[in-house]
Amino acid sequence: MEYVIEMLNIRKEFGNFVANDNITLQVRKGEIHALLGENGAGKSTLMNVLFGLYQPEQGEIRVNGKPVKISNPNIANDLGIGMVHQHFMLVEKFTVTENIILGREITSGGRINLKKAEQAVREISERYGLAVDPQAKISDISVGMQQRVEILKTLYRGAEILIFDEPTAVLTPQEIEELMQILKTLIQEGKSIILITHKLREIMEVADRCTVIRKGKGIGTVNVSETNPNELASLMVGREVVFKTEKRKADPKQPVLEVKDLVVKDSRGVTAVNGLNLTIRSGEIVGIAGVDGNGQSEFIEAITGLRKATSGSIKVNGKELTGLTPRKITESGVGHIPQDRHKHGLVLNYPIGENMVLQTYYKKPFSKNGILNFKEIYSKAKKLIAEYDVRTPSEYTLARALSGGNQQKAIIGREVDRDPDLLIAAQPTRGLDVGAIEFIHKRLIEQRDRGKAVLLVSFELDEIMNVSDRIAVIYEGKIVAIVDPKETNEQELGLLMAGSSRKEAGEETHV
Amino acid sequence: MSKRLKNILTPIIALLLGIIVGTIIMIVTGYNPLDAYAALWEGALGNPYYLGETIRQITPYILAGLAVAFAFRVGLFNIGVEGQFLVGWLASVWVGLAFHLPKFIHLPLAIISAMVAGALWAFIPGLLKARFRVHEVIVTIMMNYIALYVCNYVIQNVLTNGKERTGNVPDSASLASPWLQSLTQNSRLHWGIVIAIICCFIMWFLLEKTTRGFELRAVGFNQDAAHYAGMSVNKNIILSMVISGIFAGLAGAMEGLGTFGYIAMKSSFTGVGFNGIAVALLGGNTALGVFFAACLFGALEVGALNMPLAAGVPNELVDIIIALIVFFVAASYIIRVFLERISKKEAK
Repeated sequence: MEYVIEMLNIRKEFGNFVANDNITLQVRKGEIHALLGENGAGKSTLMNVLFGLYQPEQGEIRVNGKPVKISNPNIANDLGIGMVHQHFMLVEKFTVTENIILGREITSGGRINLKKAEQAVREISERYGLAVDPQAKISDISVGMQQRVEILKTLYRGAEILIFDEPTAVLTPQEIEELMQILKTLIQEGKSIILITHKLREIMEVADRCTVIRKGKGIGTVNVSETNPNELASLMVGREVVFKTEKRKADPKQPVLEVKDLVVKDSRGVTAVNGLNLTIRSGEIVGIAGVDGNGQSEFIEAITGLRKATSGSIKVNGKELTGLTPRKITESGVGHIPQDRHKHGLVLNYPIGENMVLQTYYKKPFSKNGILNFKEIYSKAKKLIAEYDVRTPSEYTLARALSGGNQQKAIIGREVDRDPDLLIAAQPTRGLDVGAIEFIHKRLIEQRDRGKAVLLVSFELDEIMNVSDRIAVIYEGKIVAIVDPKETNEQELGLLMAGSSRKEAGEETHV
Repeated sequence: MSKRLKNILTPIIALLLGIIVGTIIMIVTGYNPLDAYAALWEGALGNPYYLGETIRQITPYILAGLAVAFAFRVGLFNIGVEGQFLVGWLASVWVGLAFHLPKFIHLPLAIISAMVAGALWAFIPGLLKARFRVHEVIVTIMMNYIALYVCNYVIQNVLTNGKERTGNVPDSASLASPWLQSLTQNSRLHWGIVIAIICCFIMWFLLEKTTRGFELRAVGFNQDAAHYAGMSVNKNIILSMVISGIFAGLAGAMEGLGTFGYIAMKSSFTGVGFNGIAVALLGGNTALGVFFAACLFGALEVGALNMPLAAGVPNELVDIIIALIVFFVAASYIIRVFLERISKKEAK
């Protein structure tokens, strides 16, 4: 069998830490090869080795059977390896064409020949069915389109092997469908693809083979047609994983959160939440489904006091929260797992132990007469770290040094431990692997079963469908529909999220 | 190489580099570097008088350094220490001259008035930053000029009848100590050093041990997280500027009640506040670091006075050498990177 890329027995160390331990990855020509692993398993390190950003301590890389030494990304480009990054590297103010030719401009007499460039871009776009307008400005096109521009960029540079790093993390369900189609087209045109992901469903759908990495070690390569999601997950995590989160039927009681006619403006002064109404009862999880940018962040910020509401009312246990400070709101029984754990959730330069008392440091026993009691703080932290399985060398380690999953577990431990009546979880599992996701979902359901109200915001429809008892669809700052997760499907939700009415969505999905 | 060792090595290497480049310049310009550095050492620590003068010089540097460092830890760049220092100086002399009280009331009152003046001068930029997001660097620079000329005006028109300096503050408001002076062959050493050392301790305790310090540092590291955690970012910004101003005002009182005992009109800034920035950076914005950095700066400043006399090095060259040392200290980032490289190689 012919391999386009062979990475044989790659070993990469950072100090005493072995990020890649004897990993072998062989990609056949014309296949989609998935690279699966938990956060911190060493996927990115391996790809950075292939892309010339890191030099391996041991091992050999072969491209089309020939041993090569890739000492920088330019060499990788020349060898036909292209990378579509998770975070796009585009100049917002430039057009599609300008972005694509950036660094490889077609010039005539010292001037950029935009016409010729546009022609070239259009040809590639048509050949692979990307349907990108070469003259559009990046700031005017959707996230899905921007990703296609990234794909075009690598193709324009003559890439034969494309690496996709978590490509679906930022896309809507419909956009994901389209991307999957594009991947298939690329393969038909003779390209080879490495797909980095931890979404098992996508692997099952498009990949031909899958290489699994766990804790820096290569676990093996399997044919996707001969496996199933459960097997992949247990290969990745090293134990059995429960997918369908087990939960009893919800038993909602009195309303905890009551939001009426809420209007909130975003930082630019544009109305982001526009007359939103929502009630969450004790003992239920309400999931907010919506495309990013439809007012979710502003809605949560208004409840938690991080942003002022323009008008409307937010009540928790009957108490009006609008106009109160974040501290008062916290003390009124609201817990908040923030969307951006680095920006809001943690003081990264504080030890993880001190982060565990970020909202309670001023209360007894952590503080007395204005003096901190570090003994109490750290004994509390130690307890939470054990209880929530936060893997850290010690409670004195800086929060910065922990992996994303462990930082998230620490935040969840802190918020759940305060025992709030309303727990707001904004994208609680973003970027986490199945093991951590399972853990976090269990905790959310546990809170529900203890009679708390849980508000879950997520862009992962799987998560929303799995965990929520009711799904509220948000579109342009309003809740446009409330659906039962058992009676809906992703397609209907996707259409509702895109602004179709319930009736239209129902008709389209049931034809 | 541990982080701690790196933190200690960095300023020492900076100092050595400054000395080496200074040596080269002196050799090129035809002066004897050995004589010059011997004179510097002698002038800073060579006899009790010089030692006394050095400690006296260290005192305001510690306080100015603490002022800059404190604001810095909360994420603010207080360039206005110079101005807060001047109004503190003025206030202490003013109160010293205006009242006749027993020493145990008069001296504390004069010192407290310096603290209040400095605090007030720093409160304004703090308030503007918190309320209107006006950048504190611009406001504090402007406040420095206002302080300079207001002080000159007050000295000439309020405290005296058109004179360029005030009279001396009475004994009851003075930090001067005949005993310390006699110990150090009549240097101007005064009790202020005790206050400065106590302030180092206060800064450390306040930031590291108290609930308030937990908030202040959190705001300094990550305002968003502090806000999320229910801390009032604006309140802590203002508070940090006020405390910073208190340290700066105290530095002024050291000059007004200790070193000089009066205040004179100034044609330009004294430089104490600006040196405070270098002291704070060199000291890594910690209380202990500021203490040692201030010792270095004080010793250089006082020792340099002896270089023209004892080694014939012209004043201008002395300034260049001092500036070089400060330059390398300020550029310590380069040294840090260099040390990281070394320790990486060791790891391999």
